Amino acid sequence: MKRLLLALALLLAPAAAARAAEPLVADLSKHLVAITTGFAGTDVLLFGAIEEVDGGKTGDVVVVVRGPNKTETLRRKDRAMGIWINSGIAKVDNAPSFYQVASTRPLDQLASPAILGRHQIGLDHLDLDIRVKDGGADQAQYRQALLRLNQKKGLYGDRALDIGMLSQRLFRTDVHFPANVPVGVYMVEVYLMVDGQVISAQTTPLVVSKIGIGADVYDFAHHQAAIYGIIAIALAAFAGWLAAVVFKKA
Amino acid sequence: MQIYLPIAEMSVNVFVILGLGGGVGFMSGLFGVGGGFLMTPLLIFLGVPPTVAVGTEANQIVASSVSGVLAHWRRGNVDVKMGLILTLGGFIGSTLGVYLFRWLRGLGQIDLVISLCYIVFLGIVGSLMLVESIQALLASRRNGGTVPVRKKHQHSWMHGLPFKMRFRRSQLYISAVVPAVIGLFVGILAALMGVGGGFIMVPAMIYLLGMPTSVVVGTSLFQIIFVTANATFLQSTMNHTVDVVLALLLLLGGVVGAQVGARFGIKLKGEQLRSLLALMVLGVCLKLLFDMVTVPGELFAAGTGGKH
Repeated sequence: MKRLLLALALLLAPAAAARAAEPLVADLSKHLVAITTGFAGTDVLLFGAIEEVDGGKTGDVVVVVRGPNKTETLRRKDRAMGIWINSGIAKVDNAPSFYQVASTRPLDQLASPAILGRHQIGLDHLDLDIRVKDGGADQAQYRQALLRLNQKKGLYGDRALDIGMLSQRLFRTDVHFPANVPVGVYMVEVYLMVDGQVISAQTTPLVVSKIGIGADVYDFAHHQAAIYGIIAIALAAFAGWLAAVVFKKA
Repeated sequence: MQIYLPIAEMSVNVFVILGLGGGVGFMSGLFGVGGGFLMTPLLIFLGVPPTVAVGTEANQIVASSVSGVLAHWRRGNVDVKMGLILTLGGFIGSTLGVYLFRWLRGLGQIDLVISLCYIVFLGIVGSLMLVESIQALLASRRNGGTVPVRKKHQHSWMHGLPFKMRFRRSQLYISAVVPAVIGLFVGILAALMGVGGGFIMVPAMIYLLGMPTSVVVGTSLFQIIFVTANATFLQSTMNHTVDVVLALLLLLGGVVGAQVGARFGIKLKGEQLRSLLALMVLGVCLKLLFDMVTVPGELFAAGTGGKH
């Protein structure tokens, strides 16, 4: 929530972002990712400029895109009586639903683990609260599993050298949102780093939301579940009857 | 062409789903089965969450059984009285099944139970059907085309039960308890497995109740409409797992495929059809069994909810 307020404050103060003296300015090509009926994933362009600092040094840019936190339940299969069944469980209370990092250089060359950890930059520096209830696997294994599963879905990633620089001052990167992207208010954090320190940072909110018929169907299914169920049955019964009539004539 | 499924919350290719509906519809038209036992595992294989696959498939089966029952109705092959008794049991059974489904999902064992149900029931039904159809094939070859008639109306413990009723169309005078219990049992399985349950209902009607084969399919379809409608309603209200967009796409492909399949089916002999169906059922069963015993590529799985 604090992060959201900060982001809104930044958004509502365009003068601050536009001021030329700022060492870092950045913006997104769009602030809304609309999940429509035809949605199959999308790219959002992040672009900006950095100023020279302290006698001609140019910094590095790191971009972190974070989805809203959620509780993830992980289960581990083990062999019992010859078959593989779920036998261990872990809950992660503060797992970001989406987490992508892009940077101009590999993260370990940019700053110390302490600095990266403080800002939670990079998959290895994510602060995850994992509660394990499993005799056969530990927290570290569950942590690796969570990162691996979400990377496979395209929801997590930290890619170095994915930010393009133009004349040492302008930068751009594409943030990819796959078709299975979770909805919510995202935070796009842009960091300017010089000599292992964060010199400047900027946060911009990005809304991922279902729009159109798909969103209406989802809302209806959740808020008017009984009517939705009846309509689903009526639609199916009508379609079945129609098919029988049409094919009898043919 | 991609389309976003609002409840499954994933993007799928429209033509893949239409093709899937058409392919399974073809099988169901060819063999005279609902096809749920093929569709649900295939949807899960495509990446649809198992809970959504089961809920949505119940919805689609409403359509295919309405379409199927009408043809049987016109020929007078539906025993309404028997159908209603089966439905009564089925209503209770499918309600229990949906509650069981929710409970197992909370425990994190729903996938296991779905797979085990499939392996056990497809295995039993498939093997029985294969043995029976091979025997029939051999017999018809020996006797030059005639199949021996099975003895009907055998007396057993079932005839001692109370609430006896006359079922005119089925030419039976039996206790209503037996069909009600069969309906209940199949209802539970239908809700758990996302199937109509015809593949269990039909043999049960023939072998346990002794119903004449002519009314079995029509009556089973009649009952399946109500049981799957009940499952659809409960899955939508309790679990929010019915995706109408997916259901409509599946049934669009399904009805066309079923008609084509039915036309092909006429050209094949009954025993040949049954042995082919048996092989397919056993194929699905073995595939699921194989997946359960081999070391999985990924031991961890993510999901929301569940007790700690």
